[in-house]
Amino acid sequence: MSTLVEVRDLVKTYGEGDTATPVLKGLNLTLDTGELAALLGPSGSGKSTLLTILGTLMKPTSGQHLMLDQDLTSADDRELTEFRNRHIGFVFQFHHLLPDFTALENVIFPTAVKAGRETAAARARGRELLDRVGLGNRMEYLATQLSGGQKQRVAIARALMNQPELVLADEPTGNLDRESATQVMDLIGEINRQEETSFLISTHDERIAEICRRQIRVLDGSVG
Amino acid sequence: MLYGLKIATRYLTANKAQTGLLITGVAVGVFVFIFMSALIGGLAVFLVQRTVGDIAHVTMEAPSRDASALLPENSGLLIVRQRDTTQLELLRTADAFIPLIEATPGVSAVSPQIVGNGFLVRGQATAPVGVTGVQPDKVSAIANIGRNIRAGSTDLNSSNVLLGTSLAEDLGLRVGQVVRLRSANGLELPLVVGGLFELGLDALDSRSAFVSLSVARTLFDAPQGISRLEIKLDDLNQAENYARQLAADTGLEAKPWTEGNAQLLDGLRAQANSGNLIKGFALITIVIGVASALLLSTYRRRPEIGIMRAMGATQGFVIFVFVTQGTMIGLLGGLIGAGLGYAALSPFPLPEVAPQGGLPIDVRQGAYDLAITLTTIGAILASILPARAAARVDPVSVIGQ
Repeated sequence: MSTLVEVRDLVKTYGEGDTATPVLKGLNLTLDTGELAALLGPSGSGKSTLLTILGTLMKPTSGQHLMLDQDLTSADDRELTEFRNRHIGFVFQFHHLLPDFTALENVIFPTAVKAGRETAAARARGRELLDRVGLGNRMEYLATQLSGGQKQRVAIARALMNQPELVLADEPTGNLDRESATQVMDLIGEINRQEETSFLISTHDERIAEICRRQIRVLDGSVG
Repeated sequence: MLYGLKIATRYLTANKAQTGLLITGVAVGVFVFIFMSALIGGLAVFLVQRTVGDIAHVTMEAPSRDASALLPENSGLLIVRQRDTTQLELLRTADAFIPLIEATPGVSAVSPQIVGNGFLVRGQATAPVGVTGVQPDKVSAIANIGRNIRAGSTDLNSSNVLLGTSLAEDLGLRVGQVVRLRSANGLELPLVVGGLFELGLDALDSRSAFVSLSVARTLFDAPQGISRLEIKLDDLNQAENYARQLAADTGLEAKPWTEGNAQLLDGLRAQANSGNLIKGFALITIVIGVASALLLSTYRRRPEIGIMRAMGATQGFVIFVFVTQGTMIGLLGGLIGAGLGYAALSPFPLPEVAPQGGLPIDVRQGAYDLAITLTTIGAILASILPARAAARVDPVSVIGQ
């Protein structure tokens, strides 16, 4: 397995001067291709901040962030946006689907926004992914017409649309009932095994963490 | 950017009631804009038609000639020269210019005239008149005598005269009666009253007499040449340009009608400025309405914008989506407002034929293209601020909400 992501001496401080609050304090971490890792830690430990930086949605105060041998620390907003679109998928606790769009339109969004239009190939891939997550019969439903578990499965399909090397999931089962949570985790595990897509899952749930092959604990701004 | 267009369209159609209200607001603003354009434009046409419709748009005369001095300029004496107002300055070469002027595009009529002052004498009664000698076939070329004839006819021959109704009334004259016309040169002719006209302008109705060109030549002892050329144009607003051009082409003095009607022009300008002010306010209302609605939409869709950014939408894409919404609102509102404006204004008669006391609305002057263009541009400008605000949404701050 090759190294997919590497962060070195990562520091993130919110605010300045007297109000400065350090959240990440020289954190080091490496993720390999095909990993299924859980990110654990108490509230305020810096999990979400780390996930946000790894997702290129935020820049660290200092330190180095490498992915696919590319130094993302000095990239500008446009470069980070394009990198994120191509190589990183997101699954959020509250799914965050576009409510006025159908399940299929939500899934193909990352490809369409890059291409500037909805291609036939993108629609075919979107259908295939929705079939795979068990929502082949809900493709034309609006996001608001789906249940919580169904929305989260659509969000997973969307995260996989551009065949990213890394999927970052922030409490993906935190808002689901036990049965839906199990279905979502089974799906993540299956995709990870079959496609070697790396998953980093932030969670408070030890049962979810046990499903993952690696547990990364963040304590007080660094990996414990 | 087809995909951005799709997103923008979906956002607009997702909330039909709000979008409908917004487009209605823009359409009402455009309607006001068009109504004001048609009203102000129509009023201008109406006023110009009523006030200068029966006068020449360009008048060409021989350059003024001063009496020659009997002593040389350097004689050491102060020389005062009195212009002889009774002596006619004649255009002796006008015949050569008339075909040229008649062939000029935009010129609708050319009337060669001999003019002078005289008196109408009937028994003991005398009335001063301005006498205009015209070619019989051009009696209605400038002042529309034919349309305003109240008795008799407009036929002019070597023994008749056309008078204004007020003048005829002052002298107790009717069609068919004889009156003596004495020129300032002292020559006098008996003429039959051939017709009575009423142009609605006191200066013409109470103090003017039209005779044939041959009668005028006799009265004013002008066997050759003419006093002036009166010209009518298709577009009287071009009078100054035509006057300049004709003066350059002929070497004669050419005066546009605007020279003698400065107050009317000032009034029309003030009226146009008032209309522009109201139209400007209508446009500002549209811009504020679109901007505030899109700002609200931006705020409401912050989580969606954040998620789009997280999924790879660039700031440019987000700006495009919101500016496209503004453009579509402006364009749709503009088209609907313009359509409604045209439909609502079409039943009004044109100012040229508007009845007394009616609204002089000119549906042709609705400035539809301008209204749609300005509204669309205004809506685009109005959407830039919300679009920039949308593009600045931090995905991190909204994803956790």
